[in-house]
Parts: sequence; C-alpha cells; structure tokens
Amino acid sequence: MKYQVDERGYYGRFGGAFIPEMLYPNVEALRTTYLSIIESTAFQNEMDDLLKNFVGRPTPLYFASRLSDQLKAKIYLKREDLCHTGAHKVNNTVGQIILARHMGKSKIIAETGAGQHGVATATVCALMGMECLVYMGKLDMERQKPNVERMRILGAKVVPALSGSMTLKDATNEAMRHWISHPKDTHYIIGSVVGPHPYPDMVARFQSVISKEIRSQLIAEQGNPFPDHVVACIGGGSNAAGAFYHFMDEPHVHLVGVEAAGKGIDSGESAATTALGKPGVLHGSKTLLMQTADGQVIEPYSISAGLDYPGIGPLHAHLLDVGRVQFVSATDDEAMQAGIALSRLEGIIPAIESAHAIAGLSKMNYDEDDVIVINLSGRGDKDLDTYIRYGNY
Amino acid sequence: MKTLEKENQTEELFKRKNKNLLSVYYTAGYPALNDTVRIGQWLAQAGADMIEIGIPFSDPVADGPVIQESSKVALENGMTLNLLLEQVGELRSGVKIPIVLMGYINPILQMGVASFCERAAHAGVDAVIIPDLPLLEYQESYQGIFESWGIKNIFMVTPTTSEERIRAIDDSSSAFIYVVSSSGTTGARKDFSGEQIDYLNRLKQMKLKNPWLVGFGVSNKTTFSTICDYSAGAIVGSAFIAMLKNSNNFSADIPNFVQSIKAKS
Ligand SMILES: Cc1ncc(COP(=O)(O)O)c(C=O)c1O
Repeated sequence: MKYQVDERGYYGRFGGAFIPEMLYPNVEALRTTYLSIIESTAFQNEMDDLLKNFVGRPTPLYFASRLSDQLKAKIYLKREDLCHTGAHKVNNTVGQIILARHMGKSKIIAETGAGQHGVATATVCALMGMECLVYMGKLDMERQKPNVERMRILGAKVVPALSGSMTLKDATNEAMRHWISHPKDTHYIIGSVVGPHPYPDMVARFQSVISKEIRSQLIAEQGNPFPDHVVACIGGGSNAAGAFYHFMDEPHVHLVGVEAAGKGIDSGESAATTALGKPGVLHGSKTLLMQTADGQVIEPYSISAGLDYPGIGPLHAHLLDVGRVQFVSATDDEAMQAGIALSRLEGIIPAIESAHAIAGLSKMNYDEDDVIVINLSGRGDKDLDTYIRYGNY
Repeated sequence: MKTLEKENQTEELFKRKNKNLLSVYYTAGYPALNDTVRIGQWLAQAGADMIEIGIPFSDPVADGPVIQESSKVALENGMTLNLLLEQVGELRSGVKIPIVLMGYINPILQMGVASFCERAAHAGVDAVIIPDLPLLEYQESYQGIFESWGIKNIFMVTPTTSEERIRAIDDSSSAFIYVVSSSGTTGARKDFSGEQIDYLNRLKQMKLKNPWLVGFGVSNKTTFSTICDYSAGAIVGSAFIAMLKNSNNFSADIPNFVQSIKAKS
C-alpha cells in the first residue's frame, strides 16, 4: 500500500515520535509489539467478535434518497452513528483495550473532546473491568454534558482540563502528563490518528473496518466496490482515515476531508488546520499545526467539540502534501444547517462533527449520477443543547 | 557554518568541578518580560554553577503546574524565542557560567534549527535540553547542525529508561546527562523515596562516562544534599520559580535562595 507509514514512523515528511524520554519505554513497547499482537489470530477473533456482538457491526450503508434528490447525487450514508455508544470512536477503543490487556496494563487513560471517545473508552473499560480516567476540557464538559454523565455512569473518572482554551488540545496535554507520571501500569488510548508513532497507524488500522465494510456493501449494492467520492469530517482524522483507508490506493475514488472553519477561515476563530497550519510538532508527531510565527500553538475554535483541535493526523498532512485528498471546510452555520437538513430529510440527527461532512458536499464538484459515500461518524444526541441553542429550525 | 572560537562553558565547568553543582532553571520573560537578564546575573553572583533558561511554549507536556504557569505568563508578557536570544546575548556579556536553554522543539523548528543554532551560538548558549526531541530524531536530522555550532544537546534518563538505553544515551552525550529523579512532570516533591535512592545507586554503579545532574523535584537543601551524594549535582526549577513569583526583592531573595540550598549544614 502506497500511503503506509514507513519504519521510522513517517508518512512522507510527517509523523515520527517526538516524545519526552519519560514516555519512551511505553511508546517503544507499543511500537515493537502492536503489529504482531493485532495481526495474531487470538486478537482478531476477539476483535471480530466484539465488533459484531458488542459494537453492532457491520453498520448499514444507507441510501439517503431524499438527501440525494435535494443535493442531486447518489448519496450513501455510512452509519457509524449506529455503533454502540453513538460514534465510530468505539472501533478504536475496542482494539486498543484488547491490545492493552495483551500488554499487561491494568489502567486506562484517555482524552476526549466531544466526549464520544471518552464514552467509548469508559465503555470498553467497563467491559474489561479496567480502571478508567478521562481528561476533558472544562469548556467541553459544559457543552457535551450528557457524555460526561454517561462516562460517570460507566464508572469512569472525568477530570477537567483547566489550561489553554480548555478543549481537546488541553485535555490531551493533561493525559500525556498523567502518562508521564504513571508509565508502568497505564495504557493511553488516544482517540484519533494523532500522537507519536505508532498511534496514527494503529488507530487508522482499527478504524479501517469502515472502508472495508463500505467496499463489500457497495459490491452488494452496485456490483463494484468503488464510490466516486468518499467524504468525512476531520478533527484529528480518525473517522476519515477509516473511511478512506481501503480506497487510498484507488486513485479514481475522490477523497474529501471536511474541516471545521468555525466562524470562517479568516475570522481568527477556526479549526481549519490544512488552510491555516504550518508543519510543526505537537503531541508527539510532526504534522500540520495552527501556530504563530514564534511556534506557539493557536487555540482553535469550532462549534463542534470533536473538531476543535489545532492539528491533524500526520497521515492526513501527507495526503494533502501529495494531493491524494481534497480538504475543504464548513463553518459553524453551514454545519448546523446541514445537520438540521439531514434531520428533516432522513430522520437522522447527526453529530455536529458529522454535519460538517454533509455541509462539505457544497464545496466539491460532482455529477448527478456520482455515487458519494458520506461517513456519518456519529449521532447528535450529545449535541441537543447546541442544536436547541442554535434554534433556526 | 563553523564553531565559534571559544570553549564550551559546560565542558569547562565539569573540568573544574564535579561535585555539588547547582544549576538553576527559570523561565525567560517571567515574572516580567525583561527579568531574564537580571535574574541570570543575580544567580551567577550568588554562586549558581549553571543557568538553565526555559523557552516558553504553549503546550509544555513534560511540565508540572508551576512551570506551566510561568510559561503562560511569559507568553502573555510577549516573550518570543527571538527576544530570548537577544536577552541571552546581553546576559552572556557579564556572566561566565554555562548557559543552557531548555524548551520544546516546535518554536525551534519554526525559527529553523540552523538559524536557531547560529544565533544561540552567537548569543553564548553552551547547550540545549529539548525534552521532546528524542535521541534518534536528533541523530538522524539535527546532530550535524548542533555540533557545527558547538552547542551540546543534553539528553534525559528516567527511572524507566533501560540500562541498554542509558548506555546508548551516555555514548551519544557530551557535557552532561540530565537525570529525571522520578516518573513525573517537573515540580517539587517533598523528599526522595527508597525507590528513587535505589535508582540513583543503580546509576552510580553504572559508572557513566558523562557526569550527571539530577532534576525534577529538587527543591531545598535536604533534597539537594541527598542527590549530591550520588551525582555531580542537581537542577532546581519549580521551587525557584515559585520563589520568584512571591519575591519583590530579587537582589536579596535570589542570593538567599541559592545559599539556602548550597549552604553546608
Ligand atoms: C462523531 C464524531 N465525529 C468525528 C470526530 C472527530 O474525530 P476524528 O477526526 O478523529 O474522526 C469526533 C470526535 O470527537 C466525533 O465524536
């Protein structure tokens, strides 16, 4: 495969493992064992079983006929919103918790933005009887309250991150500090294709089930596995990596990542990393990063807590570099309106993250008979407050 | 590119002295933007053996609350890497002891590693500590540049570093090794436990080629003298910054602080 990580942990000029020495033994242990563990039959049997019977996979590939009529294309929704816990995040946490157990770890930490990754982590920790600590920005705890309560019901401890803009970046800083202080018994379940090598590759592999299923579902639907376009929203980029994965080597499949423009790319309140970022190092990898000329990370903004991150995974930075993925962005307003439209047309209230993917269609070129798969990464239950406050419906 | 014609002060220091060394860390631009120079001058006068100046960064993942807060304030004060290098140049004109910069890789990458090294060498910087630039990345991408400007790169060893890796770090180091006292971020700890003493003993028995200084959690005379039984010396950071925060008289408080740690009991 053309876009795989190399032995040094790089995708082109992006990636690597820029970690303090305190984390070296943990990350090195992961790096040297993750492939042999996740490719073992024992691992795969357990993973397949949990994905099927616990997560509820395969998720449907649903033909959205009224949305198709309105937007003039053949639009399929990959229903990751129907995964147990309500988003694609659980595909990764199931994989990582099995891995953590294989590595003899007894405690789990995680960061979360929208709370979906936190809930997915708390869920698998409950399933496996492991202690769970989730760091979440204080602002995100307020705007994603239901998910905070879900984590607590599941037995996890939720710790507010009080630094910076009190969102996902700051929660990640706190999780890393915790890991530095508890290197022996703790595994850090990172929630996206970010972080030091091997996390981006590992998380992409766990999410790749999305495109694997899309391929076989399209064969059943239309006789061949290829859509014309695959569209996904990008926070760190895990649902997009999963939706693109088995199409990356098929150049005739147009891949589109939709970032959060917030109040507009040039408004100073945005999270559109590919438009605003420059190469830099944050959270262990070299990637595109929103930053000042002095190399200080810029606090991002999006109405969507899951997209409110100043970087993207190194895989995506590379896919942009080589022109394999088109990156577009949608503003808060465009996403909210797309979310309300999908609710009305299809009876599906999407997560505000996923609503960005739908809004992305108006930023790309396609023909009326093109087949477009939109990765509907999550459901909107957690976002009711934001929808209600936005009004306009 | 070529090395400036002068001796590296870190090497010079360890030739002269290899016991009870006190290195003091503080964040550039804290408490006030232009405090960097005078704090360094007071430290040198007070008898600190080495100065470590922190390059503030927005996301200091290896730091505890005290240094996080000082970095935040320094950035709000308007501190930049450009300005920091100017201040170090000014400090160097009156101060002989080694000056080490400590900071995260991103601001250095934005300046460009080559121009950072050139400017740092001209400003009189002897060494850098970059916690999120691991040995391998350094060797593959940057070692040549740092060496051509005569700037030492100091690597860390922690309680979970394997013996094999400690040897590799020792082989690749010059000047000194930064020994992190315990698993954790920067910040004061009350005292040193049996587990930490075992670790220091283990390091001592390894008879490393390079001298080593112990940092993270050294905060007072007791912790300093315990550490010095094993190492060439220690690095004090958070405790010093906490003192600065509450001081309105650096000229008295900085010498007092240094004396309170170094004084023989
Ligand atoms: C539903 C949903 N979609 C997308 C994302 C963004 O993450 P990623 O880009 O890693 O898929 C999140 C993150 O919280 C999410 O909850």
